[in-house]
Order: sequence, then C-alpha cells, then structure tokens
Amino acid sequence: MTIDKGVSGSGTAEASPSPSGGGDRKKPPDGPRGSGSPIEFRLDAASGVPTYLQLVQQVEHALRLGYLKPGDQLPKVRDAVASLAINPNTVLKAYRELETKGLASGRPGQGTFIEATLSQVALPELATLHRSLLGWLASADGAGLDEDGIVALFSSALRDFFKGRDRPADRRADRKGGTEGVA
Amino acid sequence: MNVIETSGLGKRYRQTWALRECTLAIPAGHVTALVGPNGAGKTTLLNLGVGLATPTAGVVTVLGGVPAGSPAALDGIAFVAQDMPLYKPLSVADMLHLTRNLNRRFDQGYALARLGELGIPLKRKAGKLSGGQQAQLALTLALARRPRLLVLDEPLANLDPLARHDFMATVMATVAEHGMSVVLSSHVLAELERVADYLILVSGGRVQVADEVDSLLSTHRILTGPASDARTREELMVVHERRAEAQAHLLVRTSGPTDPVPPGWEAHPVSLEELVLAYLREPGAAALPGPARTNNAAPTEVAR
Repeated sequence: MTIDKGVSGSGTAEASPSPSGGGDRKKPPDGPRGSGSPIEFRLDAASGVPTYLQLVQQVEHALRLGYLKPGDQLPKVRDAVASLAINPNTVLKAYRELETKGLASGRPGQGTFIEATLSQVALPELATLHRSLLGWLASADGAGLDEDGIVALFSSALRDFFKGRDRPADRRADRKGGTEGVA
Repeated sequence: MNVIETSGLGKRYRQTWALRECTLAIPAGHVTALVGPNGAGKTTLLNLGVGLATPTAGVVTVLGGVPAGSPAALDGIAFVAQDMPLYKPLSVADMLHLTRNLNRRFDQGYALARLGELGIPLKRKAGKLSGGQQAQLALTLALARRPRLLVLDEPLANLDPLARHDFMATVMATVAEHGMSVVLSSHVLAELERVADYLILVSGGRVQVADEVDSLLSTHRILTGPASDARTREELMVVHERRAEAQAHLLVRTSGPTDPVPPGWEAHPVSLEELVLAYLREPGAAALPGPARTNNAAPTEVAR
C-alpha cells in the first residue's frame, strides 16, 4: 500500500462512527476545524501546475504571509482529500516535498506540522523594496512595456539572477537561517 | 499484490470480440484509471474482473490471485456499474436491508451515518432521489461492504459537476482512511487527472499504456523544433508527431526528465490528456512497463 496512514493522521477521525464523508452539500466537508489547520487548500485546474506542487506552493505562500507559523498543523490528508476530491498520494507527495525542504515534519498518528519559517524580511525593509519596485515598474511602463511584457522581463531576469547561483539545498539552509532576503 | 491480473483474456459476444488478448496487471494501493475510446472493452474488462461475465479465452484473477467471481473475490470487491444500479421502487431503508442481507459483511452503522450526513431520507424511494443522491446511495452501499477493491464503471457519466465532486471526494476520503484500491473507467480524462495515480489505456480491445501517472508524465515530453531535422526524429522514441513545413511537435518517450534535449529543440512537459490523445492516435505505440506479474513474463515494451 502506498497510503501512509501514520502521516495522514486520520487516527482521531477513524474513531467516529462515520469515517467516510466530506464533500456533501449539507455542511462543510469536515466538521471540527477548531483543532485543525489554519489554512485550507484550493486548486487551480487551469494553472497547469501539478496538483502536489500547487499544495506545496500554497504552504510556502502561507508561510511567507504569516498564515502559517512553526508548530501549526497542515490540513490532515483525509480532510484535504475530502474537500478537493484528489488522490491521497498527491497530498502525501506534497507533504513529503515540504519535509524534504525542511519546512514541515510528520508526527505519526497526529499529522504534519510546520517546522521552519521562510525567511521573512522585516516589514520596513519590505516596504522600501516595494517602493523601489514600483519605481522600476513606472520606468518599464514609461519605456512602453505592457503588463505581460513586464512579467516576461521580470521572470527572465529572475531566472538569470538565480540561475546556478544557488542550488535548492543552499536556499533551504538560507531559509532556516532566516538571513536571506525573499526571492 | 495485483488487484486485477489478466492473461490472454478475451471475451466474445457472438461474432464480435469485445476484448481480446488482454494481458495486464493492476497493482494494489492505487487509484487506477482505465481509459479508452467507446467500445474499447473497458466495461467488458471490468465485468470480467468483478465476475459478472465469464471469459471466452484466457484467465482473470483478483486480489492477489483469487479467481474472479469466486466467493472470496466477491467478498473483497465492490462494484458500482454505469447506471447506478438501484431498485427504483424500493425505499432507501429497504435497499439497505437488502444489501445487508445479500452480503456477508455490511457496516450498517457506517451506511446509516453516511446517509444521514448526506441528508438522504431513509423512507424515500430510491427512484425519487436526485441523480447525485442515487449515485451517493449506490456508493454508500458499496463502501459499507468495506471492500478491498472498489470498481467503478463510468461513475461520473450522468452527474452534475457538484455531484461529481462530492462522489469522488467520498471515494478519495475512503481511500485515505482505509487504503482501499480503486479501479475506475472513464472516457472523460480531465476528471481522472486529479484522482488517478495509475493509468491503463485500452483501445481496440488491447492494452496500450499501463504505468504510474507520475512515471508516465516524467518519461514523456513534447519536443518542438525544425521539421527538417529528420535525424533527431529517428534517434528518439516518437509516440506521435505533428508537423508543418518548418516546425514539428514530437511527443517522445524518454528515459526520464534528465534526458538531454537534442540541440535546436525545445522541450515542454506533457499533460496526461495530451499523452493519452497521442497514444490513442497511434494505436501501434505502447508504453507498458507495468508492475511485476506473478506468472507470465513481463509484458514486452514496444515503442514505435
């Protein structure tokens, strides 16, 4: 079997008389949210990004924005599966990826929990960076670039900047150290 | 363990072979999508697997070598057919009573709790339920038998989008909790992409593709490059090609994502839908690594 029940943390749910379920239209897919995760996943079918990667990115995004902190629980595999109607292996794969990145860890019988935070630049500094980016955008606009052109230019510059500069392993270490700026 | 394994399996109805020379193995612990065009033999294959039909040729075993249709096989498999089989004049309560008495194992508590959650009244006649509720009732009756393998034949065919989502959510939650294996057939590929992690493509009564979805996606890519570069095309395992005067798009099979891209060509990842369409257009191509079989030699690997 490829389903890892330990990590899925379904122990508590199984004790109830109605183990299956979710996704019905009478009430939210899963009852007790209070002790659950601070975040809920969503899927963008049209994005072309593989489902497991969407989940990984949403956790990273939530970490950057402060929705998730170390010690927080990620949605239980069963709950994520019931609300999104996706294969449990997809959620497990996403959580494995987060573990590999050192961002989360599985606790047998309980679930998967946030371990680290993504390095966050202090707010004033972030505001400064935001302002200088706006300045750059204004000059790009002045030069005649439209929105798509700006996105293309920025993405390509971003790729060039990081190309070969840091491998994933280095970036992970930076995140944990909390010294590196936001990519 | 393989939940369904066939060897030289064939089924003939009068003069017509609905399925022939079908040799495959569906591994346990997966949600397997059985896809193919109409008339490819999907329903026939499933009916043979659950014991509703007997083979004209070949062998089919289930749940790790148990003959299909034997009592042990029937106990471990639940099947929901295309038309959501319910006795329409019976009430929901009577359907429960009937199913419970026709099966050796039936989790009445689960079934009642589940129907309660769904808001399906026990006194209502099955035929008076909405399409989505009928599907959920049929699924609840199947899951209450606590099967090791759930077989679904075109389960989403007649359901609205919300009912489809709810139906698959129920199936996936049960997989997460009980580790049940699932085999489901469909020709609507987009709906399977999220739920299936193993793909079997049947066309013309034969198996063309059988592998884990992740592995299929990582061993196939689209190459875009100059149409004049015939030499590159010869060196690659091309499944399907689309070519204009200057430019060619090749769907190729590689040994993995790290396979070098030929100079002058651009590589793009392939979606499951593109991949299946490419194979359907090229009945001669095949990708059949598949799981280890218990008896026969491994299926041969062919690439055009």
